[in-house]
Amino acid sequence: MKELAIKELLYKMADDLLILGHRNSEWTGIGPILEEDIAFSSMAQDKVGQSWALYKMLQVLGEQEPDTVAFTRNAPQFHSCKFVELPIGEYDFSLVRHFLFDTADLLRFDLLSRSSYTPLAQLATKIKGELKYHTMHANTWIKQLGSVEDEEAFQRMQYALDVALPFALGIFEEGPYEQSLADEKIFAGEVHLKSLWLEKIQETLSKTRLVLGDVSLISPELGGRYGQHTEFLQPLLDEMTEVFKVDPTAEW
Amino acid sequence: MVIHQNPDIDQIKGWLEEVKDPEIPVLSLLDMGVITRMEMSDEGKVTVHMTPTFVGCPAMEAMKKNVEEVLDKNGIRNKQVIISFEEPWSSDRLTEKGREALLKFGLAPPPKHGQVIDLDLLEHVECPYCHSKNTLLKSPFGPTLCRSLHYCDNCKQAFEQFKPV
Ligand SMILES: [Zn+2]
Repeated sequence: MKELAIKELLYKMADDLLILGHRNSEWTGIGPILEEDIAFSSMAQDKVGQSWALYKMLQVLGEQEPDTVAFTRNAPQFHSCKFVELPIGEYDFSLVRHFLFDTADLLRFDLLSRSSYTPLAQLATKIKGELKYHTMHANTWIKQLGSVEDEEAFQRMQYALDVALPFALGIFEEGPYEQSLADEKIFAGEVHLKSLWLEKIQETLSKTRLVLGDVSLISPELGGRYGQHTEFLQPLLDEMTEVFKVDPTAEW
Repeated sequence: MVIHQNPDIDQIKGWLEEVKDPEIPVLSLLDMGVITRMEMSDEGKVTVHMTPTFVGCPAMEAMKKNVEEVLDKNGIRNKQVIISFEEPWSSDRLTEKGREALLKFGLAPPPKHGQVIDLDLLEHVECPYCHSKNTLLKSPFGPTLCRSLHYCDNCKQAFEQFKPV
């Protein structure tokens, strides 16, 4: 039971990072300014690397090797939330997703850095240090664009936030082992994480004109953690796999 | 090939000085803090522990191979190099010698932070060229995972920092 619970937790975190990492990398070469191009490429590299480290941890627990796990599964076998698979859209959407997701992920790895499962606690400590740069980047832009005078630019940010929110809430879809993970002090759980997250994003948004919708009235986009995905995941996986199939020994 | 009779840890450390960071060839892995510890068993087996600077560091396998080659070259057959996050890397692990090497290389060394990293730490980094602190953070993400981009308002030059992690 305990091992199943750990695997489920590792899979969903790794899949989130792998998928969002690949989405972020789609900004390479087309970012609005060179610095942003580099930023999204760097964050993509961080995320794919972090997913790899989690897949390696799964391998130690008896799962297949990272390449196989990453490139030979189909959408229904992925535990990522629907939020990460959505297309990059316009820059405002990608930025809002980056803010909402990375704030949650930093809090998640902060909780996990105190996990009773030592290998995960050690890795989480390291990942936390890297993620600080991601949230720093996101917060800077959200504060800037969320307070912008230009009404059209502001409205686009607000619209992106409204569209993203139900999907962002899907990050916290509860898994089948929440109780077991909490009892074993491995992970405090999605409900707890969500409350920390709400507090944190409100704190940043309060420094802008952006308004967060009433989350008690929004139905979250669930299902991702159980393999139910939008039509956007499978084509992305096919694309990732294609590169892998051409040369399975290529270094990543 | 030289076969060393019963080398001790200090001697091995000396040999490993020649293994440099592929991205910053003036910096040894020891000064970088990437080699976290070494031990030798009673049977003479040498174990080197390493930890990546960034989780997604693409050069880690190459660095591991370089360490193994240096041990090989010095006649150490019974050896193991282990990569883990047991002691996660932080830029606070850089030695003084390493910091000086970075500066000479034209990279601002990371400030010591004791795990408190915020924007303040990245603003007003000392310029490696003119040592002014009248500098601006351009982006926390540079050409490689370990660098950030800055601009010096004093000497009007762009520079990079080895970023605090
Ligand atoms: Zn200067």
